[in-house]
Amino acid sequence: MTQSSGLPLWEIFVRSRRGMSHIHVGSLHAADWEMAVQNARDLYTRRGEGVSIWAVAATEIHASDPDDKGPLFDPPADKVYRHPTFYEVPEDLKL
Amino acid sequence: MEQMVDDSLEDAFQHRIDAEVKIEPRDWMPERYRASLVRQIAQHAHSEIIGMQPEGNWITRAPSLRRKAILLAKVQDEAGHGLYLYSAAETLGVDREALVDMLQTGRQKYSSIFNYPTLSWADVGSIGWLVDGAAITNQLALTHTSYGPYARAMVKICREESFHQRQGFELLWHLSHGTEAQHEMAQESVNRWWWPSLMMFGPPDHSSPNSEQSMRWGIKRVSNDELRRRFVDMTVPQARALGVLLPDPELRWNESTGHHDFGPINWDEFHRVVGGDGPCNAERLTRRRRAHEEGEWVREAARSWATRHVPARIEAA
Repeated sequence: MTQSSGLPLWEIFVRSRRGMSHIHVGSLHAADWEMAVQNARDLYTRRGEGVSIWAVAATEIHASDPDDKGPLFDPPADKVYRHPTFYEVPEDLKL
Repeated sequence: MEQMVDDSLEDAFQHRIDAEVKIEPRDWMPERYRASLVRQIAQHAHSEIIGMQPEGNWITRAPSLRRKAILLAKVQDEAGHGLYLYSAAETLGVDREALVDMLQTGRQKYSSIFNYPTLSWADVGSIGWLVDGAAITNQLALTHTSYGPYARAMVKICREESFHQRQGFELLWHLSHGTEAQHEMAQESVNRWWWPSLMMFGPPDHSSPNSEQSMRWGIKRVSNDELRRRFVDMTVPQARALGVLLPDPELRWNESTGHHDFGPINWDEFHRVVGGDGPCNAERLTRRRRAHEEGEWVREAARSWATRHVPARIEAA
């Protein structure tokens, strides 16, 4: 028995309707991008969940390291002035 | 030293779970958490794949085009659910083919409910109503499981399963309100599927060895007995509406607990079927293996195409 399907893994993104962005829905194995898109149609859009599909080779995705979460994402924590709620304005004004 | 590092990592991990923060694929996790998840998700995926067989058995004999189209769509959904789950399991670093191999060599299990035969057309209804009803009860709880990809797969599956349960209920309703023979067919089928459906929630809490740790890790959110109780409470009024009897003389409403009491489950039968000695264990696995072997030329062709047409930097996985 073969130990690996030997087929590349593709991450699938589906746009649910025009005006929305593509959202990750899962992955699948396929021989090439065309088969990936066709399989994704059968697998992830059986009930009209999408109007557009992206298939991205899993090995082509470069992600941030979860261990870097602190250094990467903490700096904005002390920049509260980036939020509108930081500012005091007269309460009766619409601003 | 290494042990100390692991202990503090494990403490941080447990805090995260306790705070209801989801675990995602590349996060640190205890090896036993990973192994436990792989086992559970794989078993769940295998159940969907094997689960295609009992109902697939009736596709060519569905009594109308409407029923045939519904059944085809349902069996296709089961395949889809298996694939969502394999995809979730793969995020834990296991190989798809290795999982398929574990199923086909009997080293990983699937839900023992699928080792019962579908003897009449009404069984398609009972599977939808009772078996999928039980599955939904379990899967709704799992939408809150601690591992992100598993929880997301469950949300999608639950959304689709509700069609499965309703079509089963409707099918049985038509039989139950049809001729006397049809009503009898519905009742006979419910008689056979009721007890195995209750067994789907697994052994009672006091004798379920893996449950406690699974609950601590947030993999399992609701205990076997509690899920079973929810299912019984939900199903009793549905049976009344259907006009069929549930085959348990001890089944009755208990005013003081606010739930239904029900008779003892035959756990010997459960263990026998899980252990391989059910009516269809051998048949299900043999058929799965044969389908896999007969599909080898397709996989071979796809692999050959991939080597020639996909850039080498997109590695096979």
